[in-house]
Amino acid sequence: MFNKDRWKEIIEVLTSNMFRTILTAFGVFWGILILIILLAAGKGLENGIKTDFGDIATNTMFMWSQATSKEYQGLPKGRRFNFKIEDVASLWENIPNLRFISPRNQLGGFRGGNNVVRGIKVGAFNVYGDYPEIIKQDPMMITSGRFINQSDINEKRKIAIIGDGVKTALYEKDEEVLGSYIKIQGVNFMVVGTYKKKSNNGDGEEGQKEIFVPFSAFSQAFNRGNDVGWMAITAVDGASITNLKEDIISLMKTNRKIHPEDTRAIGNFDLYEQYNRVESLFVAMRLIAYFVGILVLISGIIGVSNIMLIVVKERTKEIGIRRALGEDPWSIKLQILMESIFLTIISGMAGIIMGALFIYGINTLLDSVGPVDMFLNPSVSVGVVVTALVILVVSGLLAGFIPAQSAIKVKPIDALRAE
Amino acid sequence: MIEIKNLHKSYKMGSNSLHVLKGINFSVEEGELVAIMGSSGSGKSTLLNILGMLDELDEGSYDLDGVPIKNLNETKAAQYRNKFLGFIFQSFNLINYKSAVENVALPLYYQKVGRKERHEKALKYLEQVGLKEWATHLPSELSGGQKQRVAIARAMAAEPKVLLADEPTGALDSKTSYEVMDLIQKINDAGNTILVVTHEPDIADMCKRIVHLKDGVIVEDKKIEQVRASQYV
Repeated sequence: MFNKDRWKEIIEVLTSNMFRTILTAFGVFWGILILIILLAAGKGLENGIKTDFGDIATNTMFMWSQATSKEYQGLPKGRRFNFKIEDVASLWENIPNLRFISPRNQLGGFRGGNNVVRGIKVGAFNVYGDYPEIIKQDPMMITSGRFINQSDINEKRKIAIIGDGVKTALYEKDEEVLGSYIKIQGVNFMVVGTYKKKSNNGDGEEGQKEIFVPFSAFSQAFNRGNDVGWMAITAVDGASITNLKEDIISLMKTNRKIHPEDTRAIGNFDLYEQYNRVESLFVAMRLIAYFVGILVLISGIIGVSNIMLIVVKERTKEIGIRRALGEDPWSIKLQILMESIFLTIISGMAGIIMGALFIYGINTLLDSVGPVDMFLNPSVSVGVVVTALVILVVSGLLAGFIPAQSAIKVKPIDALRAE
Repeated sequence: MIEIKNLHKSYKMGSNSLHVLKGINFSVEEGELVAIMGSSGSGKSTLLNILGMLDELDEGSYDLDGVPIKNLNETKAAQYRNKFLGFIFQSFNLINYKSAVENVALPLYYQKVGRKERHEKALKYLEQVGLKEWATHLPSELSGGQKQRVAIARAMAAEPKVLLADEPTGALDSKTSYEVMDLIQKINDAGNTILVVTHEPDIADMCKRIVHLKDGVIVEDKKIEQVRASQYV
């Protein structure tokens, strides 16, 4: 294969009719260019949408208590109930492959009244009693101070971590936040940290207006006893929370004496399922990109195959002479195949380079006009380029196969007779 | 060198079959210069094709230098052609995008001779046919006689046992024909076995033996006094 004479001949043959070679090469060039651009566009959309998900641990479900809709064991329907803090231990005990469980209680909420006071300033904020793990499930940037830790929970410290929105509402500009006190429903909490959330899926403003306090201090201060209103449960990587959801909910039903067929009692939201739905959309998009790209590529390849057939036809006599001089038929076959592969690879490389330049151009444009919604950093990975090259080699082989076969099928005597 | 016994060959033409060679018995010694003569349709080209392993025989046997030639697959046939035979065609059959020296070097390339050695050998044979200065020229830049001399150099390059020439002077005027025949005679003088298919009596007279074919059988096989081509050049 790395034979100088063979390569010399390939170049001679392909350059002997330059215009035709370029036209043929254009088919393959175009196919691979379309494939690359489609994949890059898909990737850009994927990047854009995944940024919206932020760093949230996506293998997570949330569940909260509602009202029962069925009578059970003498308990009436329409009963309001709460999870208990024991349920967390029971979950750890009975459900395998869990990574984090964060129980939470909540004050305030959507259109809640003013519940936080500082001096003469007041505000309505979501106040959460949380465990330290929540920061791994619902990531936020700690901009100053610290987040809740385990000893805060153990010692029921009355501390608070406030969002940027809370800070703007309750503090003067440049006022020192850390160490100051805010009054949440009449109870004083010391601010020990501030955060900022990256998530921007519509409620970016709301996300900055939250106050986090230790779960234990929250329960004590606001008389929640052992109640838990809401839980965020994350499974370990590799185990899907969607598969565990059934078990988790039925365990909760047993613990809370809820009819096993009562589907309304426990509200839940499966982030993983949503995420997977989006993910499968991207898989579908990639498949379509490959499908369309490869179809376009195939028409280019048929062009190459066609031209190779013509080349073989034109060179029938030459092939006959060479066989009369004692060239191995395999050598002739190899020659045709290599011409075909060489042509596809060269034109394919040109397509890849062109595609890369195009993507580079788009990225530069995106950078200069600022971020576009749902589209970010279109790109193709090295893996895709390698895949494209493999597709090219295989298609070059396929394109050359039939012509090569027809080249050696001609008997030398017939080839010599052809004038 | 060549030993043919009871050779038959027929071609299928639709439902008819055309019996071209009807039992040829024929042998050639080393160093002979044989002319195969006959009118068109007599089977002389078919015979040459079979001798050249370009075509297969139907019946009979063919031994070349003691090697039985039958049931060869294409790879084997190609090897034997390369090793045993050199072809000279009426229409020269040079590869037109390769220079003279590259054309001569082709059979050596198929023998996997290294590039440098190949080039040297090819030049040596070009020199023998008097075309060393034309080595880098393409066939399109050569005259008919020159092309045929390049083809002869190419046929000799692989140092074959037998040279097969199919109407080597058919496309040349008589002066160049004699030059080519002179070359062929000189190659024969050096001890090479050569078969020439021709229908021109004056060319046949320059060989040492004439075999007449008619309707697929040998009607005459005689040794003759060779006419030297050099006297006409």
